[in-house]
Amino acid sequence: MDSIGKTTLTFVDDTIPEKLLNAPWLAALAPAGDPGTSIRLPLYQDAVRAGWPSPAAGYEEARLDLNEHIIQRPEATFLLRVQGRSMEGAKISEGDVLVCDRAITPVHGHVVIAEVNGDFCVKTLWKRGGTVKLLSANPKYPPITFEDGSELVIFGVVTWILHKTPS
Amino acid sequence: MYALCDANNFYASAERIMRPDLRKRGVLVLGNNEGCIVARSAEVKALGIKMGQPWFQVKDMARQHGIVAFASNYALYADISDRIVTVLRDMAPCVEPYSIDESFCLLGGVAEPERLCREMKQRIERWVGVPVCLGLGRSRSRSKLANFIAKRNAEFEGVFNIDALQPHEELARLSNIEVGEVWGVGSRYAKRLGELGILSVADLQAADVEFIRQQFGVVLARTVQELRGIPCIGIEAQIPHKQQIMCSRSFGRPVLTLEELEQAVVTYSARAAEKLREDGSVAQGVMVFAYTSPFRDIPQYSGSRVIPLVTASQDTRLITAAAVAGVRHLYRPGFQYAKAGVMLLDLLPQEIVQGDLFAAGDSKRSRSLMATVDRLNKEMGRGTVIFAGQGIRPRWAMKQGMKSPAYTTSWKELRIVRA
Repeated sequence: MDSIGKTTLTFVDDTIPEKLLNAPWLAALAPAGDPGTSIRLPLYQDAVRAGWPSPAAGYEEARLDLNEHIIQRPEATFLLRVQGRSMEGAKISEGDVLVCDRAITPVHGHVVIAEVNGDFCVKTLWKRGGTVKLLSANPKYPPITFEDGSELVIFGVVTWILHKTPS
Repeated sequence: MYALCDANNFYASAERIMRPDLRKRGVLVLGNNEGCIVARSAEVKALGIKMGQPWFQVKDMARQHGIVAFASNYALYADISDRIVTVLRDMAPCVEPYSIDESFCLLGGVAEPERLCREMKQRIERWVGVPVCLGLGRSRSRSKLANFIAKRNAEFEGVFNIDALQPHEELARLSNIEVGEVWGVGSRYAKRLGELGILSVADLQAADVEFIRQQFGVVLARTVQELRGIPCIGIEAQIPHKQQIMCSRSFGRPVLTLEELEQAVVTYSARAAEKLREDGSVAQGVMVFAYTSPFRDIPQYSGSRVIPLVTASQDTRLITAAAVAGVRHLYRPGFQYAKAGVMLLDLLPQEIVQGDLFAAGDSKRSRSLMATVDRLNKEMGRGTVIFAGQGIRPRWAMKQGMKSPAYTTSWKELRIVRA
């Protein structure tokens, strides 16, 4: 036992599954098993509380965090609000907030924020066999094409649609 | 190996992110109450419009050329600055923010620093949307020069390594750069150096270190060493920035509580405001930042906030109040802060300031109070008179008219996208 309270035991038995070694709750339990089986575990560096710890102790998970789940890369993510109805077929409604990630490479089929005529629009990207188009989800709106000379500039890829119910 | 990363025309570029219609049009940004120009895009520079020019002088020309003017949107700039630093911190071993749009990256131990810099530049432009330049060199001063060269010469595509030059190439380049461009050499030093026959960077590089130390002090002597490739000026040396003043320190031991962080920030604010008054300037905004040590295997956090000042000020109390408000906002519990700092942004000569009738601002009384405080601190030792730091409530409501929306910091002001 070294001076900062870490107990290291030599691991002998290979059959103990890898994931058990990393289970946080294990660290709170006193080492059990026969002398021939031992496990190398990092223990908390803080003082261990007296008394038998509950198996759930040390396994506290943080409450679900929406931010973490929806925004993978905050530094590359921008939020925009939808105006217009051409993408209702793609479940994007007027007033929705779109989570746009600039770090994702846009590919065929992605919903993207594109720069068209000096403004942002949200469309589905069509990219097949050298042709590039922006499609709406409404037959009333024709695809936006890019002839030679004009370039498609994509601001980012839409990863989430935040739609508020009337509640 | 050091790399200085800085954004091209930062405020103007930040305004352009959400405005595809402005990518090719001139953009300029005005300081408090739409007073003076604090940022210009390349198109505006090309027209000969200068930094610090008052808006009323430039208004007509701007309209003629279809230039769009904005009142400074510090919430947006601080956020964009934060994003750039986050990207850098993810890619470089150690990042030191130097101002709102510049950071030094320490690349010691990186196998291919030039390639890394190209990747960092590309990622910042792709992920954040702001064009940057990176300059590499064996010392901070050299990396700053390299950055200058990268900015001025489009053929380098934004990344330049001054250490990759052959000695005769380096001499040729540095002979053609004015000595005033060296980090820490302001126009005052440049003039005196010129009188001594030191006109180019190469001249300064070749100057006698001892002579420089006697004539100009130890910092410039160290600069000469830095130009020769010996890193000896730390970020803590607080080399004065042309447009900003910074005061920051690494903590002796990690700081965990907001209280401690606030105390540190109060100290830095006072010091920075002192320097501001010495400089004869007023500041238009206060930036405060804090971050964890990237060297330790601990949860990482880096945050910054910018508080605009209603009237440009050099008053310690206002600056401190702004900095404290900022640090309260950026503080997250559970992190071990290794460093914090206060930066005073967009400096103006103190003569320029027009008082806002209703702002607390710099009255004649406040200025004489400040002068007394400075004198006491000078005569009796720094810290003789310190400020409690609380109790001043600055008014931050600025004229909204020309400010762009807080696209990234307010739900009500999100950018619209057409469907």
